[in-house]
Amino acid sequence: MSMETNITLTVNGSVVTLEAPPAARLLDVLRERLGLTGTKEGCGEGECGACTVLLDGVPVNACLVAFGQCDGREVTTVEGLGSTAHLTPLQEAMVTEGGAQCGICTPGMLLSAEALLREEPRPTEPQIREAIAGNICRCTGYQRIVNAVNEAARRREARS
Amino acid sequence: MAPSIGTSVPRVDGPAKVCGSARYVDDLVLPGMLHGATVRSDVPRGRLLGVDLDPAFDWTGITVVTADDVPVNAVPLIESDQPVLARDEIRHAYEPVALLACEDRLRLAQALRHVTLRVEPLPPVLTIDDALAAREAIRGADNVIKRYRITKGRGGAAVEGCEVVVRGVYETGWQEHVYIEPNGMIGWWDGDTARVEGSLQCPYYVQKGIKGVFGLPDDGVDVTQAVTGGGFGGKEEYPTLVALHALLLAKKSGRPVKLVYGRQEDVEASTKRHPSRVEIASGCDRDGTLRAVSIRVLFDGGAYVTLTPVVLSRGALHACGAYRWEDVTVEAVAVATNTPPNGAFRGFGAPQTIWAIERHLDRVARTLGTDPVALKRKNLLRLGDTTATGQTLKESVGVEECVEKAMAASGYVEKRERGPVVTGRTARGVGAAIFLHGAGFTGSGEKYLKGKVAVDLLPGGRARVRTGSTDIGQGTETVFRQIAADGLGIGVENVDFAVPSTANVPDSGPTVASRTVMVVGSIVDAAAKELRARLEAEEKARGATRSAAWERLAADPARATSLVQYEPPPGVVWDDATYSGDAYPAYGWACDVAEVEVDLDTFETKVTGFWAAVDVGRVINPTLCAGQVEGGTLQAIGWALTEKLVTKDGKILNPRMTNYIVPTSLDAPPFTTTLVEAAYSRGPGGAKGVGELPMDGGAPAVAAAIEHATGLVLDRVPMLPEDLFEASVKGGAR
Repeated sequence: MSMETNITLTVNGSVVTLEAPPAARLLDVLRERLGLTGTKEGCGEGECGACTVLLDGVPVNACLVAFGQCDGREVTTVEGLGSTAHLTPLQEAMVTEGGAQCGICTPGMLLSAEALLREEPRPTEPQIREAIAGNICRCTGYQRIVNAVNEAARRREARS
Repeated sequence: MAPSIGTSVPRVDGPAKVCGSARYVDDLVLPGMLHGATVRSDVPRGRLLGVDLDPAFDWTGITVVTADDVPVNAVPLIESDQPVLARDEIRHAYEPVALLACEDRLRLAQALRHVTLRVEPLPPVLTIDDALAAREAIRGADNVIKRYRITKGRGGAAVEGCEVVVRGVYETGWQEHVYIEPNGMIGWWDGDTARVEGSLQCPYYVQKGIKGVFGLPDDGVDVTQAVTGGGFGGKEEYPTLVALHALLLAKKSGRPVKLVYGRQEDVEASTKRHPSRVEIASGCDRDGTLRAVSIRVLFDGGAYVTLTPVVLSRGALHACGAYRWEDVTVEAVAVATNTPPNGAFRGFGAPQTIWAIERHLDRVARTLGTDPVALKRKNLLRLGDTTATGQTLKESVGVEECVEKAMAASGYVEKRERGPVVTGRTARGVGAAIFLHGAGFTGSGEKYLKGKVAVDLLPGGRARVRTGSTDIGQGTETVFRQIAADGLGIGVENVDFAVPSTANVPDSGPTVASRTVMVVGSIVDAAAKELRARLEAEEKARGATRSAAWERLAADPARATSLVQYEPPPGVVWDDATYSGDAYPAYGWACDVAEVEVDLDTFETKVTGFWAAVDVGRVINPTLCAGQVEGGTLQAIGWALTEKLVTKDGKILNPRMTNYIVPTSLDAPPFTTTLVEAAYSRGPGGAKGVGELPMDGGAPAVAAAIEHATGLVLDRVPMLPEDLFEASVKGGAR
């Protein structure tokens, strides 16, 4: 096993310093060391997108990111969006539009959508489908996820 | 209080799911917990001579379990032919043989590589044809797991006397569920009590398995469902095995053990949709009036019986489709092979036979020179007609309205009349499928199941539903709250849903067979209404307000709970011996229209539009209901176009999401879903089942659209570009 190193990163707005092997998967560090179990593992090889988090604002598969690459960087997980008492417009729309069923792909899906909406506040339907193409959902057929992102864009605009 | 049924109440478990606080099995940690892993065979058939642990490896802190540690080595299901761990015989290439557990996952992975199985290979039986040839006997003398025969009128022999006779053979391959959360369980022992928590559809199935294997009484086993990341039938019977494995390791180590599959192990070892071949000969008049049909259904059951007899039954019962036939024979046979056991998957045998009959009627239409939908409409089952099993349809047949709505929404007729649209090297076409799906258990099933539900009055004007029916994403928690709220006349926000745990909820029967809303929902409704009557009586007797009556009943354990058992509707008669009578209490009906674009150079197919009109009896929650239709349809489109499990010598060559391809958001069409309500008198508010129905129509609708676009006739799913290419080489390409 590789030596452990000290790595400092920002997770959901808080600065943390952790000693861990640099080759550890970011996914495991988040789930096991930081208790952030909202990030899910569906395949462990970067295909399903369930472990999507934002690394400096860009969606990545946390199962494919080595912890050693995260020094000085900023990670956002689903826990960094809203709380059950204060859902963000995107989270709220995901519930009301029926974009979440079993919910296991939902955290990753939300982060891909969040990254899109930060870049493109009023995305077209093809842009939405492209942005979530790396997040497999086996329940919904995607239509209601697309609707939710559309609706979230509308609500975000209405708030700003 | 405005009724909740019919409104899109946001799913109650939604906020926890969008915040990442919903706890799935892999998110749970118990003190002292070990991680478990499974040692599997790697040949499809053989004699197991021994399990060797490398003496050079340090086994300290590693628990090893083999067949010697299993009290009763048989998973109790329809038959008890499947061992918990193989002892002498290997029957498929991923057969579990030994179990390991260790606190450290890295050491666990290393230990796995230091176990060697000594196996003497035997010639495997790998296909339906191998099994039927019976040169190797792996089950009885003929390798047959189950047979059924359905006859009506003069039987299928009447085909030969018809004016137009058409024959065809239709095939389907395996399909893997690919729920995004793989199978997983945590097992531990609390003294002599076995406890498990994990990803599952049917807590009482798991309980039954544990009772049988460990010889425990009902109250010696507690099975709790964790939030479950999708099931689609894949977590109906399979989780029992995972739970047993976790508990065996927990027993031997004295520690809680978490056993969570990786994706590859899940694809390889867990159940899949049965591969099928269906041979059909039909006879009709020259004007397209269908007369007689003879159907032979063949399913590959895999290495063990699991649920194959019931899957085959449903396949046989749907083989005639949504149509009137005077004379029918359906012969259905499931065979054993040395492949991983196939099992429950949304649709449960019906998608295979609906695929066959829909493709067959497209062929009949081609023979007659008529449009397939026109032919099908002419022969649709109507109220008062009798099905192949002699069931007279007495109510809730909304199929004609489904066809009308799907035609209107999609512009099918105009698009067909205009013909395929070829632009450059792209051809566009439309196709349709019309189908039915029986809701609830087949035949006498519900009578034996005796599903129960409890509704409790709680202090503070709240109520609680207790049921073994689980929410695996389809929305049980939310729709049951809606049904109970309306029954009690209170707001849905005042109804709780108990976590399904066998210690705390009654056995409502399994969460399968499109029965949750229609069957179990009807007893939620009955229990809530019974409590409402008690409240009204209490008000009257004491001259009290509703809230005072509520608090008094809630405080009285003898009166706070209504426990109701399902009673099958009177007049539903089924004869297992002759396979005739009322196969299902009610049917869901639907019409799907698919529009596709086929690239004439690469033969890739893209579904560009999809219109589904679905008769669900009564819509409890429009958003959740349409979500079932769309999600089920996309699984069907995946089965039709991309999901091919490739095997060689009994091993799966593509057991990963990298090479077993399920649809992404870019592969999915925009869906237009129309919900039709032809009420069923015994469903809650008139509701029927919806879960499985959408799985039946997608593949034949897409195949018909490909045929319209290109003239290529495909009779086997999946329809990959190379299959279209092959069909074009054989002739018929534009």
